[in-house]
Amino acid sequence: MSGDSLPGPVAGSDEMLASLGEAVPSAEADRSTGDDVIRVPARDLARLAEAARAGGFEMCSDITVVDYLGVRRVRFEVVVNLLSLQHNRRLRILVPVPEGDPEVPSLVPVYPGANFMEREAYDMFGIRFAGHPDLTRILMPDDWVGHPLRRDFDVGAVPVQFKAAHRVR
Amino acid sequence: MMAEPTSTTDVWVSGTEAPEVSEWMVAGTDEGAQEMERDETIERGVEQRGARVVDDWVVDDTVDDEERMIVNMGPQHPSTHGVLRLNIELEGEIVRRVKPIIGYLHTGMEKTAETLTYLQGGTNVTRMDYLAPLQNELCYSLAVEKLLGVEIPPRAQAIRILMTELNRVSSHLVATATNGMDIGALSMMMYGFRERELILAFFEKTTGLRMNHNYIRPGGVAADLPDGWEEDVAEILERIPRAMADYEDLLKENPIWIGRTRGVGIITADECLAYGVTGPTLRAAGVPWDLRKAQPYSGIEAYDFDVVTGSRGDVYDRYRVRIGEMHQSLRIVEQVAAAMPRGDYKTGDRKVSPPPRQRIDESMEALIHHFKIYTEGFKVPAGETYVAIEAPRGELGCYLVSDGSGAPLRMHTRAPSFSNLQALPIMMADSLVADTVACIASLDPVMGDVDR
Amino acid sequence: MAHLTAPPQLLTTTLGKAMRWSQQQSMWPATFGLACCAIEMMATGTAHNDLARFGMEVFRASPRQADLMVVAGRVSQKMAPVLRQVYDQMADPKWVISMGACASTGGMFNNYALVQGVDQIVPVDVYVPGCPPGPQSLMHGILTLQDKVMSGELAR
Repeated sequence: MSGDSLPGPVAGSDEMLASLGEAVPSAEADRSTGDDVIRVPARDLARLAEAARAGGFEMCSDITVVDYLGVRRVRFEVVVNLLSLQHNRRLRILVPVPEGDPEVPSLVPVYPGANFMEREAYDMFGIRFAGHPDLTRILMPDDWVGHPLRRDFDVGAVPVQFKAAHRVR
Repeated sequence: MMAEPTSTTDVWVSGTEAPEVSEWMVAGTDEGAQEMERDETIERGVEQRGARVVDDWVVDDTVDDEERMIVNMGPQHPSTHGVLRLNIELEGEIVRRVKPIIGYLHTGMEKTAETLTYLQGGTNVTRMDYLAPLQNELCYSLAVEKLLGVEIPPRAQAIRILMTELNRVSSHLVATATNGMDIGALSMMMYGFRERELILAFFEKTTGLRMNHNYIRPGGVAADLPDGWEEDVAEILERIPRAMADYEDLLKENPIWIGRTRGVGIITADECLAYGVTGPTLRAAGVPWDLRKAQPYSGIEAYDFDVVTGSRGDVYDRYRVRIGEMHQSLRIVEQVAAAMPRGDYKTGDRKVSPPPRQRIDESMEALIHHFKIYTEGFKVPAGETYVAIEAPRGELGCYLVSDGSGAPLRMHTRAPSFSNLQALPIMMADSLVADTVACIASLDPVMGDVDR
Repeated sequence: MAHLTAPPQLLTTTLGKAMRWSQQQSMWPATFGLACCAIEMMATGTAHNDLARFGMEVFRASPRQADLMVVAGRVSQKMAPVLRQVYDQMADPKWVISMGACASTGGMFNNYALVQGVDQIVPVDVYVPGCPPGPQSLMHGILTLQDKVMSGELAR
């Protein structure tokens, strides 16, 4: 039952990144702490994801958002982590999203597994994913107000009152 | 196990006579037993395979609404492995649509992580996937270390591998135990938790706690292995394989178990990839993808082990993969224990790790240094990174963004259970309602991991 | 309890005492696991720790058949109404054990998502400290509850 047909070592060539750059000219390839990243404007995200999927990135392993309030001019950044099993490499797509119009195209048509992750990103940060089939809250109750992981949302710590416990025995 | 019944009322009672191995159990030729025997020529899962990647939320309009019934399962239900809630749309006995509803255990850990220093962060992440706390700590620590750029001494790396692989065994033990219990093999529950106690006793001795250890920290591990750890590990290595023979006796060829699991909850490799499903579920579908082999961490490439895969992607294969992985993990543990390097158990980088105890007694500066590391925490250079390791449930990732201060700007965990849960509607589409519990159990979701 | 001057096969007691004794000895917990503590609760119920020694191993799947709720784990804002509903469905007399730091006070997660102490939703009889409390702690909590029921402090 043991498999031995594992993919080879991490590919060193950047042909794949170059071909992605050809498919989506607005994409900028970069390196960040030793990882491959691509920065792309929101309007081209879906096109880039399609090109990446065609180029061998079979799996969208993670989608999340970072709130750079007070750090950067463009407040949000959508982070998409792609994984290629056949080439054994990862690719991170970074999409800056302004606070005024927090909308990016949904990746569900390309990667069905993006469904829950985009719902989480919407729930926690209020980023709208255009074209998502069911963009509702996923972790918080449906009637919750606000998006808790935004940096201007308070942690919500309350003073905990310890009740006067009476002695047992 | 029953002997072959000679008449419909004849039941063999344990101890009255020797049980004989009847022919149908071996060859499957006897006429009366054919219903219990599985026919290898018919693949049971064909009708429920649904092997296309489809939008599950599209309602099939051809069926009258009156024939459909929506049943709510959970969040308080003994077989949902925590507070998972499912909306199940039934057409008679057949499940047509499933919608997992989660968030009942949402703890706001990613928010809390922003208020904790990097050193305190371990206490937070360890409570996410509470069956694999050490993997969570390792993933987080690796992310912090990648941003810091510190070297981890070989002994610390070996201890990390030792502990996380033991944790994989204990986690799979619970998965197999609860899987057995949900399908009705209550003995498996007792067996699984019996052996888990053995590993937990070792964890308690090493880390001070049975769960939620905060043992693996940025820069190394919290403490060296305790005196006499070799004997403890040797005992684990001796007793668990012996106990696993019990599980094989109980389940491997048990006709009831096979009937409840073979061809049930099938998910194909393509569907796994499309939905981001990793771990034993992906490997049971035949993809030999294991991050320990593909993208090794903490020096695990030095040890010899195999990636266990299945072929059908059903509940039975996932159970077999877990059993196989336990053996492989024990194999790794054996090699680590045999070749445990000497040396320091945490990095000597004084930016991250406090000075040794005896220096604190001698030097005021060392005392201040120690105090500052534990109150203010160390600073991590600005940057962002994603690190993934192979947790018992699949790819566990940590996306960490630092702005150069003592606490992360953002800490996000890519939880394997969260993505794997999306496979549930695929697995359960057009299956029988009785198989629901088997599907959930075989996926082994930990709700703390799903909701964080 | 037995009156020594009575004939050998007769026990006399007060009705209240007999009731408390039977309540104490047949407490059935509801299967209500939330988080990490639920794993320790399961470990308490299985062979190694053997909760059956105290007549408590019959975890009931339905709250209707249970008289003890062990709140094992952190209670989120989303879960709180459900928890209260499960409690309301339980038949009287009923007791609640708050297991672990999160259930008792919110633990280390003092944030927007968690209810800071389950005693804001349901009345708690025994708090078991720990994160998570080991099986021994839970058993101590259960025995404490039994003692309190027997002494009449919590009899209902």
